[in-house]
Amino acid sequence: MWERILVILRKELIQTLREPRMRVLLFVPPMVQLVVFGFAVNLDVDHARIAWMDMDRSPLSRDLRERFEGSGRFDVVSMPRNEDEVQQTLDRGLAQAVVRVLPGFERDVLRNRATEVQVLVDGSNSNTASLVSSYAGEIIADFSSNVAAGQQKVRVLTRSPNSAVAMTFPNVKASSRVWFNPDLHSRNYFVPGVVANIIMMVTLMLTALAIVREKEIGTMEQLMVTPIRPIELMLGKTLPFAVVGLLDVVLISSVALLVFHTPFRGNPLLLLFCAVLFLMTTLGAGLFLSTISQTQQQAMMMNFFFSTPAFMLSGFAFPIRNMPVVVQYLTYLNPLRYFMEIVRGIFLKGVGISVLWPQMVAMAVYGVAVVCLSAARFRKKLD
Amino acid sequence: MSYRRLRAVFIKELHHITRDARSLAMALAMPVMMLLLYGYALSLDVDRIPTLIYDQDGTAASRELVRQFQGSRFFDIRGLVNSYAPIQNGIDRNQILMGVVIPRDYSKNAGAGREAPVQILLDGSDSNTASIVLGYAESVVRSYSLQLRQDMQNRRGGERGGAPVDARLRVWYNSSLESKNYVVPGLIAVILQIIAALLTSLTIAREWEMGTMEQLLSTPLRPAEMVLGKMLAYFAVGVADALMAVLVGVFVFTVPLRGSWLLLGVSICVFLVGVLFWGIFVSAVAKTQLAAYQMGILSSFLPAFLLSGFVYSIETMPPVIQVITHIVPSRYVVTILKGIFLKGVGLTVLWGELGFLTLYAAIIFALATRKVNQKLA
Repeated sequence: MWERILVILRKELIQTLREPRMRVLLFVPPMVQLVVFGFAVNLDVDHARIAWMDMDRSPLSRDLRERFEGSGRFDVVSMPRNEDEVQQTLDRGLAQAVVRVLPGFERDVLRNRATEVQVLVDGSNSNTASLVSSYAGEIIADFSSNVAAGQQKVRVLTRSPNSAVAMTFPNVKASSRVWFNPDLHSRNYFVPGVVANIIMMVTLMLTALAIVREKEIGTMEQLMVTPIRPIELMLGKTLPFAVVGLLDVVLISSVALLVFHTPFRGNPLLLLFCAVLFLMTTLGAGLFLSTISQTQQQAMMMNFFFSTPAFMLSGFAFPIRNMPVVVQYLTYLNPLRYFMEIVRGIFLKGVGISVLWPQMVAMAVYGVAVVCLSAARFRKKLD
Repeated sequence: MSYRRLRAVFIKELHHITRDARSLAMALAMPVMMLLLYGYALSLDVDRIPTLIYDQDGTAASRELVRQFQGSRFFDIRGLVNSYAPIQNGIDRNQILMGVVIPRDYSKNAGAGREAPVQILLDGSDSNTASIVLGYAESVVRSYSLQLRQDMQNRRGGERGGAPVDARLRVWYNSSLESKNYVVPGLIAVILQIIAALLTSLTIAREWEMGTMEQLLSTPLRPAEMVLGKMLAYFAVGVADALMAVLVGVFVFTVPLRGSWLLLGVSICVFLVGVLFWGIFVSAVAKTQLAAYQMGILSSFLPAFLLSGFVYSIETMPPVIQVITHIVPSRYVVTILKGIFLKGVGLTVLWGELGFLTLYAAIIFALATRKVNQKLA
């Protein structure tokens, strides 16, 4: 039996690696994904472009501008002079926000009258918009409390010059500590996720196509007249891709560590073990796809149908917590969801089996079920 | 270019499309399904953040601060705990995102008018959510601090000072800051890009694999006619997809469509033509369906999803990649769709993008024709 499996395995490896394009496609897409997610994809907002409209032109308004620029989060890119230019700036997306200091700003502040600074935010990207408004609000609030403290000092001192001690006021401050990713780089969040994505992309599709191609070309009949048994054929067809998948895990993890300096706090062996559990589900699903498609085109469409939702609903880019409750329940059917949690847990949080066992059990159950189901279907098709 | 031969290819290709009912049904159903699913599911809005509070102080003053967090709609207080362990555990297991720790000397410090720090512990692994959560937490604490200060001033009989400068935030185009309003227009662009590239990327590779290319070769058909005819057949499917997607966006997701319908239609059509040509080009380069599919997905899905500015803003990318995004057609159509939907701007702002899409379609048409020509020779 092992002899026959080995033969199929060799045939499959030769067939996959024979074509130069396939060789490229096995390793290039994973690398491209990694580079793009590592370098390009970024939800962080620093150096947001703002336009500054100063209608007051006073020392105080210049002071406020310096605070914006000094924060390192904003770059002033233009100085609109009238409403029209403000409209143009936002319409064309030249700046993400316009800060407008109204005339009489300094006068009002010095007379201790409440005044406001207008911040017009381009909301067409709501994520950037909420970060920009929270940063802007923070700077203005700091500015305001400084100004207020300064005035208080002046007032208290002028009233009773000797009681300078009594002028302190409570100041409740949030001191934050961010765990696992203290600099809040989105790269650290995305790169481990790529590991999970790529295993799915590569193995699911290759398995499905390897079998359907034989059907389409008609070589499946030739295989069936050989003494090979269905189970052997199945193993021979899936094992090469399992190997490719594991190689991809090692390759991508090394690049993540060496090039992107992603923290890796957990146990690498646990990661490999979980990858094997996850491979069971993707290879099983690949087999299943092959039993329901007749042509390669159908298999690709079905694959697309299966893997895109798995990708989108895995929590990779969009937090599952934000999804509607119905969809959240749907994600429990998605094996990638569990693996995504495991990969991030191992890379970033350094947690072990004691925390990750529910996900591992879910994947194991899922994997065994999918493999059995598709093996049964596959057998029936062959007989 | 002969109209008769063009029509012949067009009709032949239509037969291919309608004969495989399953693939056609999928090509028509997929965009709407994807839009419905992702439009609801893909959201970066952050609210109801699961939070645990560890109040070491346990005084009236600290309970008042806890109430501030409970009162905010952004936080979902899962309970009060008595040690760090449940917070650590909860964050490890992804059950909570944030822990608030009020130190033992909080009320003493606040009462004495000293600085009273409140510790915020955050799960930073999702950096985007974490920075938004941080902003919310800081603003809750800040406004509470301000309120305390005012109360104290009033008690001391000083004149009401308060914060003299107030930030007045106004959000344009999407005043409720709902992420669906910016996800859905971008999503329409991304979905169309993927579907269109998928549709055509298999057509020529299939002819090679099936051996029917030789038969086409022996006819007087010219490459340009073949490319154009094939494109037109799939264009019909693409337009149907686009129409459904836009209708779903407007009527199901109630995304405001502030600009012109006509401009929207024209831009989408120009974009579709370009992407369909691209699929044919890929198909001519790759000889097998598998390679064509892989190349089609790789060259359409990833750039459309990642480099188009659909969710990830282009300005934050490194300069080299920003330059690359200029050759990604979905970048322009995403700008156009967001512009027309949310900002209601017209040709005066968007002519550059539309011009590029037209140019793109023309260039890719030339490339595809040349490639097919080479293959024929």
